[in-house]
Amino acid sequence: MKYPIELKNDKQDIYYFQLRLALCFGFVFLLFFILLIRLLYLQGIQKNHYQTLAEGNRISIVPMTPNRGLILDRKGLVLAHNYPAYTLEITPNKVSNLSATIDELSKLVDIRPADRKNFARLMADSFRAESLSIRNHLTDTEVARFSAQRYRFPGVEVKARLFREYPHHEKFSHLIGYIGRINKSELEQLEEDELANDYRGSGYIGKTGIEKNYENDLHGKAGIKRVEVDAGGREVRVLSNTPPTSGNNLILTIDAQLQEVAEQSFGNFRGALVAIDPTNGEILAFVSKPGYDPNLFIDGIDEQNWRGLNDSPDVPLNNRALRGQYSPGSTIKPFMALAGLHYNKRSPSYSIKDPGHFSLSGSAHRYRDWKKDGHGTVDLFKSIVVSCDTYYYGLANELGIDNIFNFFSRFGFGKKTGIDMEGEVSGLMPSQEWKQKRHNQQWYAGDTISVGIGQGYDLVTPLQLAYATAILANDGVAYRPHLLKEVQSVRVNERRLPKMDIEFNLNLNQDHLKLVKSAMVGVTQPGGTAARAGAGAPYTFAGKTGTAQVIGMKQGEHYIESKVQERYRDHAWFIAFAPADQPKIAMAVLVENGGHGSSVAAPIARKVLDHFLLNKAPQSAPAMHEAKGGAND
Amino acid sequence: MIRQRLWQRFIAHLDPTLLASLGILLLISLVVLYSASDGNWYRVLTHMINILVACTALWIAANTPLHYLMRVAVPIYLLGLALLIAVAFFGEIANGARRWLNVGVTTIQPAELMRIAVPLMMAWYFEKCQATLTLKNYCFAAVLLLLPVTLIARQPDLGTAIMVAASGLYVLFLAGISWRIMLAIFVTFIASLPLVWSTLHDYQRHRIMMLIDPSQDALGRGYHTIQSTIAIGSGGIFGKGYLNGTQTHLDFLPERTTDFIFAVYSEEFGLIGNLVLLSLYLFVISRSFIITTHASTYFTRLMAGSITLTFCTYIFVNIGMVSGILPVVGVPLPLISYGGTSMVILLLCFGILMGIHSNKRIVQT
Repeated sequence: MKYPIELKNDKQDIYYFQLRLALCFGFVFLLFFILLIRLLYLQGIQKNHYQTLAEGNRISIVPMTPNRGLILDRKGLVLAHNYPAYTLEITPNKVSNLSATIDELSKLVDIRPADRKNFARLMADSFRAESLSIRNHLTDTEVARFSAQRYRFPGVEVKARLFREYPHHEKFSHLIGYIGRINKSELEQLEEDELANDYRGSGYIGKTGIEKNYENDLHGKAGIKRVEVDAGGREVRVLSNTPPTSGNNLILTIDAQLQEVAEQSFGNFRGALVAIDPTNGEILAFVSKPGYDPNLFIDGIDEQNWRGLNDSPDVPLNNRALRGQYSPGSTIKPFMALAGLHYNKRSPSYSIKDPGHFSLSGSAHRYRDWKKDGHGTVDLFKSIVVSCDTYYYGLANELGIDNIFNFFSRFGFGKKTGIDMEGEVSGLMPSQEWKQKRHNQQWYAGDTISVGIGQGYDLVTPLQLAYATAILANDGVAYRPHLLKEVQSVRVNERRLPKMDIEFNLNLNQDHLKLVKSAMVGVTQPGGTAARAGAGAPYTFAGKTGTAQVIGMKQGEHYIESKVQERYRDHAWFIAFAPADQPKIAMAVLVENGGHGSSVAAPIARKVLDHFLLNKAPQSAPAMHEAKGGAND
Repeated sequence: MIRQRLWQRFIAHLDPTLLASLGILLLISLVVLYSASDGNWYRVLTHMINILVACTALWIAANTPLHYLMRVAVPIYLLGLALLIAVAFFGEIANGARRWLNVGVTTIQPAELMRIAVPLMMAWYFEKCQATLTLKNYCFAAVLLLLPVTLIARQPDLGTAIMVAASGLYVLFLAGISWRIMLAIFVTFIASLPLVWSTLHDYQRHRIMMLIDPSQDALGRGYHTIQSTIAIGSGGIFGKGYLNGTQTHLDFLPERTTDFIFAVYSEEFGLIGNLVLLSLYLFVISRSFIITTHASTYFTRLMAGSITLTFCTYIFVNIGMVSGILPVVGVPLPLISYGGTSMVILLLCFGILMGIHSNKRIVQT
């Protein structure tokens, strides 16, 4: 079908054209009206909102990390410090393709798979849009190489950061502890304590030891710098600046040299030593062997090192001085003697005939003395000097557990000392009530007899025993053991001392004390159990040996055949204070599997005392090669 | 005396009103460009040269007799088509698109040529068949339009394709296509959207998705829109002051001398500045509409109408995308954005418009 050919009417044509044109013109007006509304909305109504956004774009708030306070020993030796180094840092939310950026960066800077792993972990842990380190400790060449190409990497920066370092590595590990990356739960805690602002940009927090306990002093407060940045995140100019407040320096009561002497004296032995100034509670040495290198933990320990430390049968991560619980053995005999005098169960002159064993009336069971044939006639003085078990079997039986519990509790047994370090354990001072609760059994007279020579239910930590020794040395006047001597505020140059009141006074009979102390001096003199260790000392010192039996394997240890023999050996104890008439130092030494007490533990104590009192350099020969035999426990 | 007559002949075909308003807008573009390029005089100078070349094109177009314009319509259209096909085979690839053709001395974008060739061709065709317009003619005209549009969209260059399509559709509309057919086209268009979507490149889809929710990819594709919206909004009523735009000068605005130059202007001159700019544009548009209504032939009416409406579309699409109500399609802001080819084509169009106006009596039918 054909369309009819229609000639166009020109006038009508123009009319239709102009009609449509007018429609178009109207439409254009409508479009312009829409634009106008949009612009009115953006620039009029929403003006403040967008101005805030533009300011947010332009202004970046850069937290400035405060310098962490130093940790020094009592003589000013640095135990923990900071050193500056360059890091390469990425702000993840300013980088569109992270893995590609890291690939590109690795062409300029050595980035190992471990660094990437670390970064991935930081990313997972990071809680703010903060810059995260991809590589620490850049070399100068690497810094230069990156700086030349910096324009290619928006959101990537080289920063000079301060790093924590423990220059003595394992030597003070259990004392100082270490810092590490803030984790989620620590952050929540900080937010709860309203401290999160002080930690902006920090990323590190004390995890154990002094670093943890005095975190608030050490950390300081973050500063804030408001800077104008361009789209690449680069600083254009500084708008305002609130400098950070540095953390305070801590001066510890520790004598680093003394500690070093103590550590060396242990040689290859495991164990712990706590030395306290009995006149004020200052802890002079705080050793737990073996230690570990705290530097490994700062940026997260790698798996290999972690397994090495965690799986080691030596349990280097265990703070033995604070958390190790051992039977006290004969070291409690001086305290037992005091209790006997206190409760009028023994007079100084009362003596027994020691047949080498003790039996409860009506029982055939023999409690044996360590010396098969006994010690002959033994009075209180001799009972300590020769460490007569039989004497204390009888005494314990007569005192009864209630009296022993009451008296020993006053010396801090079975209780935390309150030292300024987290994680302390309380040891165990058994009582009738305790046994009923714990074992659902009544207390037997035999239980008391074992407690009497420190081989019963009772457990002590080296710290506790050192504390009790210090109380004894200071004639019953107790000071809480502490590690902090002084807080130095760097900024205002002000010092703060911890409160140092007498914690309590046991009000013991001075004559009793004098007797027991003189007996302890006897221990280190010819005829005493530690005569060998005391030989030739130009000062008088008091001591007491002890042996803790090791029963079976401890929890968490693995059966390693070649080590079994050694690990079944007894733990050796020695407590001491000196000079005997005016004690300046009191200590407890524990040597794990050291065998018989006096041969290993006492010489260590002697070396520490020599250094402390005579400033004598330690002998290089480790304690384990010291004379064998001599007086036994 | 002779000089005066020469001058009069020189300006005889120019429209002073239109020329003055165009001049003011071009002056604004120089001022804004100086700020947008962070005081880069080289950029500004290049822009000045572009403007000079474009003004020459305007003068030539204004002085070209209309019958001559009609005579070159077909060759230009065929040349453009040939170049587009050449691009498809030998074009240079940049940013994932094949748009440029290297002709030795310089590279050209044949798609830009189509912005003038398509309406010219279609107006010429309708003029030829004026007396006996049937559905068949509209269909053929539609083919004339779809051919280049498809080629351009395939490069891919969505922005130019849309603009060329728009200029052709305006011709169809003004040529008097019936409402019923237009409705049919519209329905077909809506129905074919899913199909179009499937042929789009990923980055084009991204841009459309970004419009719906720019924040979902704040550092990627949505970045452009978010930053330009912030720039405009933060300008407020009075603006941050010339050379004081933080979004501009701290590098937050992308492509700020070309497609996003409106955000620079808005940030520094505020709502007041925008009102001035829109008023100037409206003035140019109104003048162009007047010229269109006075156009004497079918050809010139269609041509002038298409030029005017395309100009409006450019403004709306550009400001719309920069202010975040339209997807980012890569369309410059006419007379303000930096860019040689588009400037020349634009002023060429205005030259044709002026020519149409000055010739309205001479070719009266």
